[in-house]
Amino acid sequence: MKERKITSTKNNHLDRIMTGSEIVVNALIQEGVDIIFGYPGGVLLDIYDVIYHMPKIRHILVRHEQGATHAADGYARATGKPGVVLVTSGPGATNTVTGIATAYTDSIPLVVFTGQVPTVMIGNDAFQEADIIGITRPITKHSYLVRDVDLLQQTIQEAFYLAATGRPGPVLIDLPRDILRAKTIFRRRRPVRISGYNPVYEGHQQQIEKAADLINKSKRPLIYAGGGVNIGNAADSLRSLAIAARIPVTTTLMGIGSFPEDHDLSLGMVGMHGTWCANMAISQCDLLIAVGARFDDRVTGKIEDFSVRSKKIHIDIDPSSISKNIKVDIPIVGDAAHILPELKKLIKSVDNEKWLQKIRNWKKEHPLVVPDSTEYIMPQYIIKKLSEITNREAIIVTDVGQNQMWAAQYYSFKNPRSILSSGGLGTMGYGLPASIGAAVGRPDRTVVCITGDGGFQMNIQELATAVYYKIPVKIIILNNGYLGMVRQWQDLFYGKRYSHTCIKEGSPDFIKLAESYGAIGMRIKDPEEVEKALRQSLDVNDHPVVMDFIIHPEENVFPMVPAGAPLNEMIEKNRR
Amino acid sequence: MKHTLSVSFQNRYNAIPRITGLFSGRGFEIESISFGRGEQPGLTRMTITTRGDDETIEQITKQLHKLVDVTRVVDLTHEPFIERELALIKVSATHSTRSEIMHLATIFQGKIVDISPRSLTIEITGKEDKIDAALRMVHPFGLIEVARTGSVALKREFPTKK
Repeated sequence: MKERKITSTKNNHLDRIMTGSEIVVNALIQEGVDIIFGYPGGVLLDIYDVIYHMPKIRHILVRHEQGATHAADGYARATGKPGVVLVTSGPGATNTVTGIATAYTDSIPLVVFTGQVPTVMIGNDAFQEADIIGITRPITKHSYLVRDVDLLQQTIQEAFYLAATGRPGPVLIDLPRDILRAKTIFRRRRPVRISGYNPVYEGHQQQIEKAADLINKSKRPLIYAGGGVNIGNAADSLRSLAIAARIPVTTTLMGIGSFPEDHDLSLGMVGMHGTWCANMAISQCDLLIAVGARFDDRVTGKIEDFSVRSKKIHIDIDPSSISKNIKVDIPIVGDAAHILPELKKLIKSVDNEKWLQKIRNWKKEHPLVVPDSTEYIMPQYIIKKLSEITNREAIIVTDVGQNQMWAAQYYSFKNPRSILSSGGLGTMGYGLPASIGAAVGRPDRTVVCITGDGGFQMNIQELATAVYYKIPVKIIILNNGYLGMVRQWQDLFYGKRYSHTCIKEGSPDFIKLAESYGAIGMRIKDPEEVEKALRQSLDVNDHPVVMDFIIHPEENVFPMVPAGAPLNEMIEKNRR
Repeated sequence: MKHTLSVSFQNRYNAIPRITGLFSGRGFEIESISFGRGEQPGLTRMTITTRGDDETIEQITKQLHKLVDVTRVVDLTHEPFIERELALIKVSATHSTRSEIMHLATIFQGKIVDISPRSLTIEITGKEDKIDAALRMVHPFGLIEVARTGSVALKREFPTKK
């Protein structure tokens, strides 16, 4: 490595000479980071040595790098701050791919630091070398390989800026080992400016006026709110607008919590497993106001038949999402939290009482009902009870599949950033580590993980993390012995040919497993015992609690819009 | 329909794979691609020719704009623009066919840049259809190798008469 002269630092008392490792840690502190989720390895020994002496940064040691990424993701969704990951080169880095893709698809801010072999060895098939920049290129918002220690501090600042602004997303920084040892000056933080990166926050005034005009004239308006309202912290603005103008609101899975679900104007979730009234309303509205949503195929159903009678307004921070799947009439590029208040100023009260009455009738005639059973525990009952007992104020972290859909349907959400769920990628194994990250970020909230017996086993090693750091997550396993959602499709569309979806044989005794890790384990088989078990778990505040609920083995999620069908052709129950 | 896009970007580490990866990852075609230093230090200009309907081109343009390194994307297709390509064409040429090939090269304003007892290499610059025509004309003699740059393009500034 060439010798470099380091000029005197006498001029600025804040400038100090540091190694790359020290720069990373100090730059994180400059960015306001207090938690890192990580797992050490050979090329990271120097940086872990620095962390050893740094109480200002709390490092959470996970048990698999995938767990680190999901935990950082859960932390970011729960707090709004970027989640930070630190993993080693080669397999450590490749183990983050699924977690990074999960965050990318849902637009979650992460900064992922991966160790790398020394710069001279890159490209030489070195030990534990992987081209992680190449591997993660399509699933990162941006990525950096630091080849000069003088650029390290600025790179980290840029990475945080990119991860958290505009449409957020994961940013990866690859750190060769020799860079972590090289020395340079650490400076005072300077403002970040990246040419070519200029997210638009303020909406175009003329577009806002056109939108307001359409809203004022509409008779059957509907707000369709997506993840962008949660990510953009626009829930208050949304609520204010919807209530003032008396416009009903439906949310996507990612948008749940952006509008209180017990409100008269709330229609619940829309889409493949959305409520009857939400799907009917979106099919029959004359004006669809999309805020922070992307017209994903889980929501639209058959695209040619999606909301054909409506004009569409689309408010989104990412111009590439607008008119990508569905052509809209009034696009407004910008930040919902800026645009919605401006829109509200121009809205007079809307004349839609007939529409609201129609919606009330749909709600009354097709409510979500917990099925009755004395023999089996019904999963919907567990979620509904949980909602009551936690006063609708818990952070609910789901895994993927039936457990995810029941959690979304039967818990009545009232706050934003309250449901953390892998919506876009649908990553099984997300629930447990993400709930750990959420609990670390929001120790003031009750965090409940709703998972299935399949997904729970995918990152089960993170029970150790929860136990070690005394993280009191409540883990509800909706145990039916199957990969439930896949089995449901095999039930409805493949003549009940359950090909490789029965996982009861070979699954562990979850109580013994929990206890072997040092967690608390409970099994509940009797519907009468559900409430007591839930209440008991809420009283524990220094151990994770694993609750193995044995539920009806073949319960299906309804309503359901089969793939390729239009939204208003829902299946409401089993044709038994 | 064929579109010619002019993409200005900062050629930072990994910028080019990101641009080309964007096309392949989203199923957009690249018919030709060429790039080089632009008018300012740090600026690289890339010319990409692709095919698609209006919606597809709109998506491509928006997705390119999302890339952090990209500063500007212009779809030159619908306005007056200059398009050029350079081709090096190595043709089989013996003592008896050499002068005819050289004559053809002159017709296309090409230059002979290499000669051997069995071949001639011609350098031709021009629009895509001129290169295609030149290749068709020398094809019967036997093409040994052809290297084309793909289009480079810039918007015209001279006002065209209507």
